Amino acid sequence: MEAVQIYPEPYERVSVPVVSAENLTRRYGSGETAVDALRGVSVEVATGELTAVMGPSGSGKSTLMHILAGLDRPTSGEVRIADTAIGNLNDSQLTKLRRDHIGFIFQFFNLLPMLTAKENIVLPMSIAGDKPEAGWLEELTAKVGLTDRLTHRPSELSGGQQQRVAIARALVSKPTVMFADEPTGNLDSRTSSEILELLRDSVESYGQTTVMVTHDAHAAAIADRILFLADGLIVKDIGPSSAHEILEALEEVTTR
Amino acid sequence: MITVALKGLLGRKLRATLTAFAIVLGVAMISGSFVLTDTLSKSFDGIYHESYKSTDAVVSSKQAVKTEDGSTETPAFSAAVLKQVESLPGVRTAQGSIEDEAQLVGKSGKPIGSADDGIAIAVDTSADQSQNPLKLVSGRWPSGDGEVAIDKSTAEKEHFEVGQTVGAFADGPVRKYEVTGIVRYGEVDSIGGATITVFDLSTAQRLFDKQGKLDLIRVSAKTGVTEAELVRQIRPLLTATTEVKSAEAQASSDSKETQSDLNFIKYMLLGFGGIALFVGSFVIANTLAITVAQRMRELATLRTLGASRRQVLGSVVLESVVIGIFGSAIGLFLGLGIAAGLNAILKATGVDLPSESLVFSGRTILVSLGVGTLIALLASLRPALRATRVEPIAAVREGAVMPTSRFARYALGVSLVVIAAAVALSSWSVFAHGLEIKVRLFGLGGGILLLFVGVAMIAKRLVRPLAYVLGIPGARLGGTAGKLARQNAMRNPSRTASTAAAVMIGIALITFVAVLGQGVRSSFTSAVNELFVADYTLIGSGEGAPISNKAAQAVAKAPGVQVVSEIRSAEARVGDKKILITGVDGNLTKTVHMTWTKGSSSVPAQLGRDGAFVTDRYADDHSLQVGSSLRVKTPTGQSLRLHVDGIFDEPQGGSPFGPVSISTGTFDRSFANHDNDLTLVNVNGGPTAENTTALESSIAAFPDAEVQTRDEFKDGKLKGLTMMLNILYLLLGLSVIVSLFGVINTLVLSVFERTREIGMLRAVGMTRRQVRRMVRHESIVTALIGAALGMGIGVFLAALVTRAVSDYGIGFSIPFGSLAVFTAVAVAAGMLAAILPARRASKLNVLEALQYE
Repeated sequence: MEAVQIYPEPYERVSVPVVSAENLTRRYGSGETAVDALRGVSVEVATGELTAVMGPSGSGKSTLMHILAGLDRPTSGEVRIADTAIGNLNDSQLTKLRRDHIGFIFQFFNLLPMLTAKENIVLPMSIAGDKPEAGWLEELTAKVGLTDRLTHRPSELSGGQQQRVAIARALVSKPTVMFADEPTGNLDSRTSSEILELLRDSVESYGQTTVMVTHDAHAAAIADRILFLADGLIVKDIGPSSAHEILEALEEVTTR
Repeated sequence: MITVALKGLLGRKLRATLTAFAIVLGVAMISGSFVLTDTLSKSFDGIYHESYKSTDAVVSSKQAVKTEDGSTETPAFSAAVLKQVESLPGVRTAQGSIEDEAQLVGKSGKPIGSADDGIAIAVDTSADQSQNPLKLVSGRWPSGDGEVAIDKSTAEKEHFEVGQTVGAFADGPVRKYEVTGIVRYGEVDSIGGATITVFDLSTAQRLFDKQGKLDLIRVSAKTGVTEAELVRQIRPLLTATTEVKSAEAQASSDSKETQSDLNFIKYMLLGFGGIALFVGSFVIANTLAITVAQRMRELATLRTLGASRRQVLGSVVLESVVIGIFGSAIGLFLGLGIAAGLNAILKATGVDLPSESLVFSGRTILVSLGVGTLIALLASLRPALRATRVEPIAAVREGAVMPTSRFARYALGVSLVVIAAAVALSSWSVFAHGLEIKVRLFGLGGGILLLFVGVAMIAKRLVRPLAYVLGIPGARLGGTAGKLARQNAMRNPSRTASTAAAVMIGIALITFVAVLGQGVRSSFTSAVNELFVADYTLIGSGEGAPISNKAAQAVAKAPGVQVVSEIRSAEARVGDKKILITGVDGNLTKTVHMTWTKGSSSVPAQLGRDGAFVTDRYADDHSLQVGSSLRVKTPTGQSLRLHVDGIFDEPQGGSPFGPVSISTGTFDRSFANHDNDLTLVNVNGGPTAENTTALESSIAAFPDAEVQTRDEFKDGKLKGLTMMLNILYLLLGLSVIVSLFGVINTLVLSVFERTREIGMLRAVGMTRRQVRRMVRHESIVTALIGAALGMGIGVFLAALVTRAVSDYGIGFSIPFGSLAVFTAVAVAAGMLAAILPARRASKLNVLEALQYE
């Protein structure tokens, strides 16, 4: 029996990066109470891959995602999203970049209660003044299994269904990269598995580049690559792994 | 608990301040109107007391019938009374005077001030001047024809000096006088905005057609003789048209008219302040209701920590009361500031009043603070009661919702009952027979307030359809932001409804006024179009005050004039009511197209000494027929016995005639004042530029008269109406401004509540601009809902009232232009109210917003 490789070689990247970051630092506050959430992180997210970001609370994983997604600005360092350095963009340029290139999935779904499922799904496109291509919306809603739920409002949907709406909303504009922030954090385990399957499926079917921040080793197990953060640094970078392997790795970086 | 309430308030300063503003404006209006009217009232009291400063008793003429417009119809009394008074044992000095109206003419040739403001005074300048309220500043008293003294303020403003010539006119053409002196009234340079012209006594008697007569005698007592004793000695000398009063009593009776004018202004302003506060109470109640809903977790936590329902209730009420006191205090001083500003403006425009300082009485402070705080207290009761129904379990339960009221299921029924009661009360007030006008007004007012409450209660059911329809333009123009805005407005109907209800009240009242105004305008216009067949009329310039009938004689001599017809009027008592009596001449039907129910157009020419024609309404009300007799008592004390010769079908929009019209001959014998309301003229060739010029030059000596064609006459009369409407719009606009604070508040709270949602929208690509647009459109939709409800109510109320008073010159006609303007104003107001909340929403940090709980 082969020993479990706890310290694998850095994962080999085969494709072009769509999001890259160099030497990111992020400091919150100033003076004595300043907190360094990131202390020099460089990372490249490859096209068509699902990258999971893990780490204990306060490790900086959420901060990293926020910066990569253009929601937050680094204290120093450079982020490129789809060949654009975002450091010098003003708010409206950044908003437009998010609109055109980034999809979001949130832990608490964040659907608009007064819109139907369908209206929620097409929201990013309608904000941009676009419409989905013919057939794409049908295909997408079939994929997420909501075809017969499209006229329902969020309050009439289960948590899993709401997250499916959120996934469809993230995918509808075919973003360059999709960010998922604890997508299963607010769901029971069975529903979680279904949502994870759907996320994996979107990577397989559409080659959807995805970055997922998660606590959940089962969630990370669907990733092509798993980054571990601790104390604001990437301390581990592994390829596809089982939940068990991931838990051990997490244990290791946590107690380090 | 008190600490919790106060700390909570401090933690929400912006909201507290915005809420306080709901009260500030209403209270400011209350305190401002008190301060201003108190100050003016004190000033005028001062003036009237100054008039009798060195006087102990006053003999004046008495009207046999008290008229509203006292001065012009007061008959003078024989100057012989003066001699008799002087010979009384208790009298030290007595000074007789003529006190009438005359206007000065400025260097531009135009009369100075309006007709009511020209005071004419004449005393025997050769006698003792100790009782004369006028003091010479420079020059000397006028003596004989062709000399006058004028007041210092007018002299300065119009640049007149002693030795110069000034034009003045009373009941006749302008005459030139030499200014021999400049006078002051007691300690001040002028009385309010009035001009004072001082004549020699005999000049004045001739000028005012009061030869051998006096208007007033000021009497001072010998040392040791009391006022009462003096009055007692004078009393036997009095005739039916004279009376004697102590100086004190005379001053108060002189000031009565001014006081009642001031009281009218005061109560009107207080009324508008009350409306603003009523709207403010909606704003406060709504804001607190939203706050309570948002603080549910906090309130529930307090309950788990052992706070009783009563304490929760107390904390919400306390919060509101503190806001109320705070807002009232600001309002109190804002009102003081406004009054000071208005007073300064009055001073700056030369209205010099004797009192220097503002009167800031305890009553003003007490009422302002009390009313503002009380309103805040009352407004807080409903949300406070709701707060007590928050269960402790809500502290731990995710997504708990506010418990609905126990009475929620009766809400629809209750609101329908309230609306029905409101409509019934309003209808009863306007339609019921034999009610006093006061009862009608109070009933209508109460009905309107009740209607507002009822509609506000039911409004949440109307919000969705209204928001849907009114949001269409926004959804079309504003893209997704516009569509989301519409849905945001619909998602919490009761919140949107209460916010819109506050806007509704102001708009409803504005619409009500506008529709009534339009009714008056259209029926007046059609009445003029029907009646006015003359080529021209002479009318008092400016406010259309009556002008001397000598102007009619002058215009008759102008080239091309075919017909001149004079119409004058005065008040007299017929039966137990005071009504307007019109004097008309035989040319009337050549210049006024009249329809006769009984009689024919030959009636006016054949009225003779005792003939009269009456309007059809008056005939109906008093069961008069041709041949019926009428008894008229005039203010000069004469009794007339008239017989009805004809019944005139008066158009809805009114006519220049009072209920009873008599011949000019009889009129002039029975009334003191013979000025013309209208002087109608027909000219060869009709109204042409040449004819206008000819007529104008014929009355050049009457600067207060103006030549007008029919259209000019219409426009001139309607200008006053438009001005009055604009003043009402302005005063009612205040309550719309108050309601805007409600819109701002609701939006700020909604934005706060939707923080995470806005974060998500920003994350998925909504620009700041779009966020602002979303908030702005929601605001516009809310304002438009208020406007739509308000216009509906306003039109309904106006329809009710016009139906009730259709006999009295107000038809029902919807001013679509004005309604379009109000809609535009509502949109603009919505945009204005959205500025702050939209800015807050767009400035939210996306990341923090997303993580916001």
